[in-house]
Amino acid sequence: MEKRIRILVAKPGLDGHDRGAKVVAQALRDAGMEVIYTGLHQTVDQIVNSAIQEAVDVIGLSIMSGAHQPICEKLMKKIKENKLEDVLIVVGGVIPKRDIPVLQKMGIHGVFPGGTPFDESIKWIKEHLESRS
Amino acid sequence: MGVAKYTKNEKDEVLDVVLQSGIHIKPVYTQKDLEEIGFDPVKDLPPPGEYPYTRGIHPLGYRSREWTTRQYTGFGTPKETNERFKLMIAHGQTGLNVAFDLPTQMGLDSDDPFAEGEVGRVGMAVDSLLDFEVAFNGIPLDRIGVGLTINAVASVMLAMFQATAEKFGYKKDRISATPQNDILKEMVGRGAWIFPVRPAVRLIGDTIEYSMKELPRTNPVSVCGYHIRESGCSPVQEIAYAFQIANAYIEEVLRRGHSIDDFVRGFTFNLNVFGNLWEQVAKFRAARKLWAKNLKERYGAKDHRSLLLRGIFGGGGYGMTKAQPENNIIRGAYYALGAALGGAQTTALCSFDEAYTIPTPRAALLSLRTFQILMEEIGLRDTVDPLAGSYFIETLTKQMEEKMIEEMKRIDDMGGMVKAVETGYVQKEVSKQAYEFERGVQKGDLIKVGVNKYVEGEEMEVELHEYRLESAEEQIQRLKEVRRIRDNRKVTQLLKDLEHAARTEKNVMPFLLECCKAYATVGEMTKVFKGVYGEFKEPSIF
Repeated sequence: MEKRIRILVAKPGLDGHDRGAKVVAQALRDAGMEVIYTGLHQTVDQIVNSAIQEAVDVIGLSIMSGAHQPICEKLMKKIKENKLEDVLIVVGGVIPKRDIPVLQKMGIHGVFPGGTPFDESIKWIKEHLESRS
Repeated sequence: MGVAKYTKNEKDEVLDVVLQSGIHIKPVYTQKDLEEIGFDPVKDLPPPGEYPYTRGIHPLGYRSREWTTRQYTGFGTPKETNERFKLMIAHGQTGLNVAFDLPTQMGLDSDDPFAEGEVGRVGMAVDSLLDFEVAFNGIPLDRIGVGLTINAVASVMLAMFQATAEKFGYKKDRISATPQNDILKEMVGRGAWIFPVRPAVRLIGDTIEYSMKELPRTNPVSVCGYHIRESGCSPVQEIAYAFQIANAYIEEVLRRGHSIDDFVRGFTFNLNVFGNLWEQVAKFRAARKLWAKNLKERYGAKDHRSLLLRGIFGGGGYGMTKAQPENNIIRGAYYALGAALGGAQTTALCSFDEAYTIPTPRAALLSLRTFQILMEEIGLRDTVDPLAGSYFIETLTKQMEEKMIEEMKRIDDMGGMVKAVETGYVQKEVSKQAYEFERGVQKGDLIKVGVNKYVEGEEMEVELHEYRLESAEEQIQRLKEVRRIRDNRKVTQLLKDLEHAARTEKNVMPFLLECCKAYATVGEMTKVFKGVYGEFKEPSIF
């Protein structure tokens, strides 16, 4: 049997707008993935710890406040410290187009701004995990 | 977003229309529809200003008074925000609605490590009274009502507002604040909660009780169906949930031995405007009627002022799109039209660039101009409730009312809104619908112009508000300065008094007022409450 993809859907920082995170979590689950949702107001340390404990393949961050750059910088630092480079990191939310290359340069693998069709992000995650294994 | 579902045949004729609230619209309405639904003009449609207020709470509507305009405003430092307030007022805005940054909403000082990257980003940073003194400098607080979009720490901000006004020499019975102060909706959507449900509701009770005695022109709570709708629920649920949340706050104050007519007229509502135009107008009309009945029949209110549904009908955030952003200017105009046809006392609009970030001054002014054009050019002040008597609108208003009653009953059967939120029922229901809605848009069952039809491909460039990192640095410097120059021994003592009041279940408002006057910080006061109340744990809904 094919191994199910485990994904942590996380809401980092102070922003509480979780419609997007919860909608995406349901779409990923319907696509056959095992979804762990962190709930709101998570620190980067809490997210990384959950990712380790749950042994996830993917971390998905949902950020709506505009603070995606400082949050992603912190996260990538922790990822390196904990040697989690094998985990696929994706970010969604209110992300202006011009910031996408900035996030990718930090090491974020995939950026999916609000409105990205479910099929597109799900396909992307599956393909990227396959190409890594 | 919020569009109805259309079924068409191969000739593109519309065969069926289903509104988000689940009501099917017929191609033609006649007198017969009114008869079938039991419409009674005497009971359902007395003149405006008469019970049950379907047609409006004022006899002459916008003829006697234009709506109040209150764009959601705030960013960076209090000084930057003060300049923007003055700009909006100079251009004809008649009220203020303050946007706070996330650290302030979450009760954190600007130098808290968890606040990093967020100071002044989505709203104005506030740490102490000094910030309010700058933010409201030169604003006539006896003429301009001020909405404070703050919930978990609304009690702190209301005290700070009073302290500021008094320092400027305004009498407390002349100032009008509207703190949002609706924590249950934060737990359903928006997410700026701190304390667990029950103490959080008790703090709201404190602000209501205090305002009733001390701040007679203040509206201590603005119950927000708005954000629950933004989070995914239908227009019917928006009203039903808002009313049941309001009932939870009412019961908290009744429990303290007050009479309903002594406090409930301070309640206001914040309701959303995006979606099908007819559904929105019928929603507002049905809501006014149902609120009046709720107060009269459930709580035995006698004073007619207790029965009036007052509120801000506006926003429309979820209807706005990132694709083809200029379309949002047009959408905003139709949403504002719906608010006016629905008899809004106060309004505001999300600006066309808000799917990207907080608005530029140009975008905010366009929203303001939208309201001014409606009232001064198009004829929305001409006559009250212009759609009254329409076979269609009256039928739909009745149908919406019936559905709202059913939805309210579901919450009653569960033991009320506090329980429905603690168990996660409402969160689950709202989130499920948000998912279904999104799937409908992605499949093309629900049409959104520029998103899934008439797509242009290349993303349009818009001028965006730029976040200034220096604002955060300036704010942290000011906070350090406040901590240095204030009487720190006094602050420590006042915070202890606050803690004692919270522990012994005294009304905390007078204690908060003293803390604010001594320049205690938002973070310090919140920390006291966290120590006494603990923190909310989200129920798992997956």
